[in-house]
Amino acid sequence: MSTATTHGHAHDHHDDHHGPAKGLMRWVTTTNHKDIGTLYLVFALVMLFVGGAMALIIRLELFQPGLQFVNPDFFNQMTTMHALIMVFGMIMPAFVGFANWMIPMMIGAPDMALPRLNNWSFWILPFASGILVSTLFMDGGGPAGGWTLYPPLVLQTGNAFPFAIFAVHLLGMSSIMGAINIIVTIMNMRAPGMTLLKMPLFVWTWLITAYLLIGAMPVLAGGVTMLLTDQFFGTSFFSAAGGGDPVLFQHIFWFFGHPEVYIIILPAFGIVSQIIPTFSRKPLFGYDSMVYATASIGFLSYIVWAHHMFTVGMPLAGMMFFMLSTMLIAIPTGVKVFNWLSTMWRGSLTFETPMLFAIGFLFLFTIGGFSGLMLAITPADFQYHDTYFVVAHFHYVLVPGALFGALGGAYYWLPKWTGHMYDETLGKVHFWMSAIFVNVTFFPQHFLGLAGMPRRIPDYATQFADWNMVSSIGAFGFGFAQLLFVYVVIKCVRGGKPATAEVWDNPEGLEWTVPSPAPYHTFDEAPVIK
Amino acid sequence: MPHPNPTTPSPAPRRATLASALALPALLLAGLPARADWSLLNMPVGVTPVSREVYDLHMLILWICTIIAVATFGAMAYALVAFRKSKGAVADTNMTHSTAAEIIWTVIPVVILVFMAFQAAPALIRIEDTRNSEMTIKITGYQWKWEYEYLNEGVSLFSSLAADSNAARRKNAGIDPRSVENYLLEVDEPLVVPAGVKIRYLITANDVLHAWWVPDFAVKRDAIPGYVNEGWFQVDEPGIYRGQCAELCGKDHGFMPVVVKVVPKAEFDAWLAARKAPAAVAAAN
Repeated sequence: MSTATTHGHAHDHHDDHHGPAKGLMRWVTTTNHKDIGTLYLVFALVMLFVGGAMALIIRLELFQPGLQFVNPDFFNQMTTMHALIMVFGMIMPAFVGFANWMIPMMIGAPDMALPRLNNWSFWILPFASGILVSTLFMDGGGPAGGWTLYPPLVLQTGNAFPFAIFAVHLLGMSSIMGAINIIVTIMNMRAPGMTLLKMPLFVWTWLITAYLLIGAMPVLAGGVTMLLTDQFFGTSFFSAAGGGDPVLFQHIFWFFGHPEVYIIILPAFGIVSQIIPTFSRKPLFGYDSMVYATASIGFLSYIVWAHHMFTVGMPLAGMMFFMLSTMLIAIPTGVKVFNWLSTMWRGSLTFETPMLFAIGFLFLFTIGGFSGLMLAITPADFQYHDTYFVVAHFHYVLVPGALFGALGGAYYWLPKWTGHMYDETLGKVHFWMSAIFVNVTFFPQHFLGLAGMPRRIPDYATQFADWNMVSSIGAFGFGFAQLLFVYVVIKCVRGGKPATAEVWDNPEGLEWTVPSPAPYHTFDEAPVIK
Repeated sequence: MPHPNPTTPSPAPRRATLASALALPALLLAGLPARADWSLLNMPVGVTPVSREVYDLHMLILWICTIIAVATFGAMAYALVAFRKSKGAVADTNMTHSTAAEIIWTVIPVVILVFMAFQAAPALIRIEDTRNSEMTIKITGYQWKWEYEYLNEGVSLFSSLAADSNAARRKNAGIDPRSVENYLLEVDEPLVVPAGVKIRYLITANDVLHAWWVPDFAVKRDAIPGYVNEGWFQVDEPGIYRGQCAELCGKDHGFMPVVVKVVPKAEFDAWLAARKAPAAVAAAN
C-alpha cells in the first residue's frame, strides 16, 4: 500500500474538522486509534478492580481457617471469574490498548489499518464482560469449575453455562479482530524506510503476539463449542460414557492455553524493551537476538502445552517430550533477561517510575521463570501440580510480570497521551507499595504449595494458617496501592507540568517526535526513516 | 501430609539449611509469623523411594535456580549501583551487541538443561515402573469421597471427611478449626495398607475429575471417568499419612481428604481377614 499517497488524500478530505466529535458519541462511533486505545485502557483499568475485588474476596475467606464469609460454591465462582476477568477482560485488553495507541505512532502510520474493525473489536468487550459478570446472578450461580473449564465438572454449571461460553466466544472474537488489525497495520502501514528489523521491539513483540492469538483463540472457540454441544445437543466429545474423552478437552484447552501465556507476557517484554534503553541512555543491547528470542518463544509456546497435564496419566514418551520441550523455553527467555541486563550495563541509569517498574519486572518475572523451570521437571511437578506453588508461579509472571509491564508502560507514555507529567513522587510510592505487597502476597504461596496446600480450596488445614494470613494482608495492600495509581492517572489527565515532545532524556522512537499530547491525527505525512 | 507424623524420622539437616535459605527473603519481605515451623517451608522428604527421589530432584533444581539467581540478580544489583547517572556514569552507546555474549548465554543454559534432563529422565522412568507389585488397590473418586477396593480380596470401603471436621467446616459453625485434631485431614475410614510392600494403585472417577495426592508418597494422579490410571508406592515405615484431593471437583473439593494408614504386614493381614469376615457372612445370608 502506498501510505504517503493515501493519507495525503485523506488529509485534504478532513481538513475542515481535525478534532474529535464531542460528547458520548465520540467514544461510541470513534475510529481513531488513540480514542480506541484510551477506551481499551480505561476498560482494562475498570476490570482490574472488578477482578481484583474477586481476588480480595478469595483472600478474605482464606485469611483464617474455617469458613467465615462465603460458601464453597461461591468461592469457586470467585476463583473462576477472577481468572477469566483478569485474563480476557483486563490484561489482554490493556495490551491491545497499548498497541492501538503506540503501534501507529511507532511505525509512522496515521492510524490502524482497519479502523471500523477496531471500533467493533473494542465495543464487543463491555458486552462480553457484562454477560460474563451477569452469570453470577443467574440460577445456579456463575461458572465454578475453574477458568480451565474442564469437563465433566463445567457441565454441572447452572443456567450460566451457555452465557459463559458465549462470553468466551465474544472475547475471543474481539481478540482475533484486534490481532488481524495489528498484523495488517504492521505489515502495510510502516513509514518508508521502516524495515522490519528497524521496528521498535514493542511492535515486534505485538506482531508475534498477534500471530499467536490467531493461532490459539480459534482452538479455544472450538473447544468450548464442543462443550456446548455436549451439554445441549447430545454429542459426547468429552463424555467417556458416550465414547468421548475428558482428557481431549484438556489437550484442546492447553493447546490454546500455553500460547495464551505468551500472548499475555510478550507485549510486556516489548514495553520493558522500550523503557530500559530510555532510562539507561543506551540503545537496546542485542536487538536482533531479542527479535529472534521472541520468535523462538512464540514457536515453542505451541509445543509445550501438555506440561499443564503431567498428572493425567500420559505415556512416558509424552511426559519426556513435554518436559524437554518446556525446559527449552528457558533458553530464549534467558537470552532476553541477559540482554536487558546488558542494556543497563555501562549505561547512565536514572530511576523514574517507568524504569522502577521495568526493573521490578526484571527481578520478579525472573523469579517466576525459575519456578517455571522447576515445574518443568516432571517428577517434581507431580508434587507441585495443582498446589499453591503453581499459584505462586503464575502470579509471579502475571502480576509483577505482565501487570508491572503494563503499569510501567502507562507511566512511560502517560505524558505523551495527556501532555502532562504525572506526579513522580506518587508514582514512586505506587511502585514501592506494589513491589513490596506483591511479594508479601505471592512469595509465601511458594511455601504453602511445597508444604502441601492444594489450590482452589476455600478452607485449609490449620498448619497453613500463618502464611495464608500473610498472603491475605499482602493482597489487600496490593489492591489499595492500585487505587493510588487511579489517582495519579486522573491527576495527570487533569493537569500537571506540561510535557515536552521528547518527555524523557533523548528517547529513541518516532512517538517522541510528535508533540505532547499527541495530536488527534499524527503522521498525515509519512515520516522518512533513514 | 506436611506435618510429619510421629513415626516419621525427623527431617534431614540439609532440609533445615534450605529452609533458612528460603526463609531469609520471606523474613525481609513479610516478617515471620510468630509460630514459625521450618517444615512448613519446603516439600516433605516423604517416606517412599519415589518421594525421596522427587525431593532430591526438587532440591537439585532449586539449588541450580538459586545459584543462577544469585549470579543474575548480583549482576543486576551491581549495574543498578555502578551505572547511576547521579554517580556520574556516562552511557557507553557503542555497546549495542555482542555475538560472543549471545552465544555464551545460550550455550551455558543449554549445558545446565542437558544436565538436568539427564537427572530427571531416569527418575521419571523409575517412578513410572509399576511392575513387580505385590498387591493392587483400585481408587475411585466421587463427589466428595474416595472408594478403595482391594482387588481380588472382595473388600472395599468408602472414605469421607471425619465428622468433627465436617461440623467445624460449615460456614460460621462457631467451632474453632484449631480445636479439631487434623482439621480437614481426617477421614471416617482410612485406606489401610501393609508396610514394606510395593502397592500398585489403579485410579478412576465416577463423576468428575479428582486427583489422589499424598505428599509424603509424592504420588499425585488424576482420577478421570472412563480412564484407569495407575501408579505405585511402597512405604517401609508404618504410620498415618495425609493428603487431599488435588483436582477441582466442585463445591466440596476442599473437603475430601486422603488418609493412608500403613501398618505392619501381619497387622494388615489380620485387618483384611476381619474385613472379609462380615462380607462373607453377608454373602452367605
